[in-house]
Amino acid sequence: MRLVAFDEMLPDKSGLRPCYTEYQRWLEQQDPARLTEKTRDAERVFRKTGITFAVYGDEQAAERLIPFDIVPRIISGAEWRRLTQGLEQRVQALNAFLDDIYHRQEILRAGRIPKELIAGNAMFLPEMIGVRPPAGVYTHIIGVDVVRTGENEFFVLEDNARTPSGVSYMLENRETMMHLFPELFQQIKVRPVENYPQILRQSLGAVRPDNVSAPPAIAVLTPGSFNSAYFEHAFLADQMGVELVEAHDLRVVDGHVAMRTTEGYKQIDVLYRRVDDAFLDPLTFNPDSALGVAGIMDVYRAGNLTIANAPGTGIADDKATYSYMPEIIEFYTGRKAMLENITTWRCSEPDSLKYVLEHLGELVVKEVHGSGGYGMLVGPTSTIREREAFAAKLAARPSNYIAQPTLSLSTCPVLTEAGLAPRHVDLRPFVLVSDRIRIVPGGLTRVALTEGSLVVNSSQGGGTKDTWVLDD
Amino acid sequence: MLLGRTANGLYWMNRYIERAENMARLVDAGLRMALTRTQSADEEWRSVLLSAGAEHSYAQKHEGYSAATVSDFLIRDTGNPSSSMASIEIARTNARMVRTALTRETWECINEAWMSLRRMLAEPIDERDLATVLDAIKRETALIRGAFYGTMLRNEIFDFAQIGTFIERADNTARILDVKYYVLLPSVAWVGSTLDNSQWESILRSVSAHRSYRWVYEADYRPTNIADYLILNPRMPRSLTFCYRFLAEHLKFREQEYGARLPCHGTVEETLARLKVGSIKDIFDFGLHEFLTNFIRDNYRLGDEVATGYRFQ
Repeated sequence: MRLVAFDEMLPDKSGLRPCYTEYQRWLEQQDPARLTEKTRDAERVFRKTGITFAVYGDEQAAERLIPFDIVPRIISGAEWRRLTQGLEQRVQALNAFLDDIYHRQEILRAGRIPKELIAGNAMFLPEMIGVRPPAGVYTHIIGVDVVRTGENEFFVLEDNARTPSGVSYMLENRETMMHLFPELFQQIKVRPVENYPQILRQSLGAVRPDNVSAPPAIAVLTPGSFNSAYFEHAFLADQMGVELVEAHDLRVVDGHVAMRTTEGYKQIDVLYRRVDDAFLDPLTFNPDSALGVAGIMDVYRAGNLTIANAPGTGIADDKATYSYMPEIIEFYTGRKAMLENITTWRCSEPDSLKYVLEHLGELVVKEVHGSGGYGMLVGPTSTIREREAFAAKLAARPSNYIAQPTLSLSTCPVLTEAGLAPRHVDLRPFVLVSDRIRIVPGGLTRVALTEGSLVVNSSQGGGTKDTWVLDD
Repeated sequence: MLLGRTANGLYWMNRYIERAENMARLVDAGLRMALTRTQSADEEWRSVLLSAGAEHSYAQKHEGYSAATVSDFLIRDTGNPSSSMASIEIARTNARMVRTALTRETWECINEAWMSLRRMLAEPIDERDLATVLDAIKRETALIRGAFYGTMLRNEIFDFAQIGTFIERADNTARILDVKYYVLLPSVAWVGSTLDNSQWESILRSVSAHRSYRWVYEADYRPTNIADYLILNPRMPRSLTFCYRFLAEHLKFREQEYGARLPCHGTVEETLARLKVGSIKDIFDFGLHEFLTNFIRDNYRLGDEVATGYRFQ
């Protein structure tokens, strides 16, 4: 099965989409050899600054570059405004949902989502019941994965409401593009993204515990320098001008979380954590683990610490919950979702399972708790044997899977050895929630570099592009 | 405000950068000796290993001493945690860990040094290229130092990194002297022989001081002058006194800014006082070997006291 994709630069023979007009004019004046040289320059910049990521299970290439494509992905101002309205609605609903789920559970009483979705879900944290975080915000930083299939068709593929990553690439990609093509930014008005770290800091500051006066002590909590996203953790701490801490730097002292400094222990008020729930507190979550900060959850529940994102937000973005997002959005905002969901079959339901098994060759099947493109089946590009093996897994544990139609993701041109060629892309804008919602105009565009491939994950050979929102 | 873990990372980052360079110097001096001596060079390479504190681990892997095996072990072998390559790698791991404390220039120099040495040392070193490789190591570490001095703010971050540099350097100079102390002792039989000259020059060469020595002493190599130069001269950047003047200064900054006096402050001041009032004659009278053994021990203790006092772990 071969799908015809919507190309964001040249949708059909009739011509260029307007947001690419000025870029195209510039492109026509460029010497192809110079562009190839610029691609190599970009790679050198990334390697030199150490913008690498680790691939699990790949000893040889412990530090790899995410391929960067120098052709920007361009979004018009009008498109962006529509998109942000949908994103704002979505993150409001996500936070309202979390507050409800950990308090009165009205949505369950109203029968809008099944009880099992919460009760039987490992992402639901009983420890969070009755806990209301500072400013009532549960998920502060959300990376919503958006895909496009046509001029006006945008869909949300995933809500990453736990510890979304990739924002450092958004920033470094822009930095690199301005370094490589300063003249382009003179000619074309592109809205800036580089104030993201400042906005993030303001946002984290605004959700400090009630009893803390400004400015609060903020720290980024990383699993350590061997984590695949360590570069990003260090980058954000650096750009915000806050400390980068690991769990063994922290300890509970007099009812507060404090970090070990050369002068003794210093209190922390806001923790932007980039570790999973299970590694926050060994006393609460994982008694066998030496990782985490013993007692941190008690400090949190006592209201003496903000954890961003709050523990237990995984219940809002897991793939089973995702399939109910249209109902969730309508329940809490009173309006239909502005950004659509992708049709999703929940394999836990017998009729859906039957349909999925009969149509494996057309669908994408994912693990409910999976991420990073691991453990999924892309029907149209799979072999019969792969489908048979997957059917067996599905039959054994149907509730572990959901299925979606294979979407024809939009394409953008990338620079290849044979000139420009279309490749499938998605988009991850980053939404910040505190006393208000802030979205920097841009995001991370991921691109599947293999011709025809629909998998954009960096762990599966995807690359990135600079994302331009035009100031029009 | 500085995390104890970050102070620890800065300290070890600089110790290992210093160590990477010291290994290159030691091999350089050994190479020179091996080229200029008529007798077997075995003994010379063995003393290079001793100065590097690597004789034992070397013996577990190799038999016999040659330029190829010793230089491979001290420069390229990452199984030897003190080799130049391993040191640069550990320095970079630490730099990555404390990245937010470093300027972009410093980090990039360390990262580039690691990349270029990894490329250069991917294959065993051809003996004809050894001198080039040693130069490259010295150049890369000089670049790191240049970026560090040129761009880093003089604050606590700078202090802890510098403390690492000078503790490592003092240890290195003291060890080189200790391995060769007998060469420096007055001996009627050796005076004036070419053997002495080349031995003495080798000592100076392993701390890159064979040229500057002559600017200072305007004389032939004399054991007392060499010892004086490497132990007591306050202007020779690898002498024990020089290292301790800086250690005392950086620790004083910490004491004043943090408003807390710790055991390490007493230790550094005592050692510096001994170096300041001492004359080389006193040291020889006391026993050069004993003096150096004590120094190495106290220097090690200082490192420990800094780590404990400033909550490195």
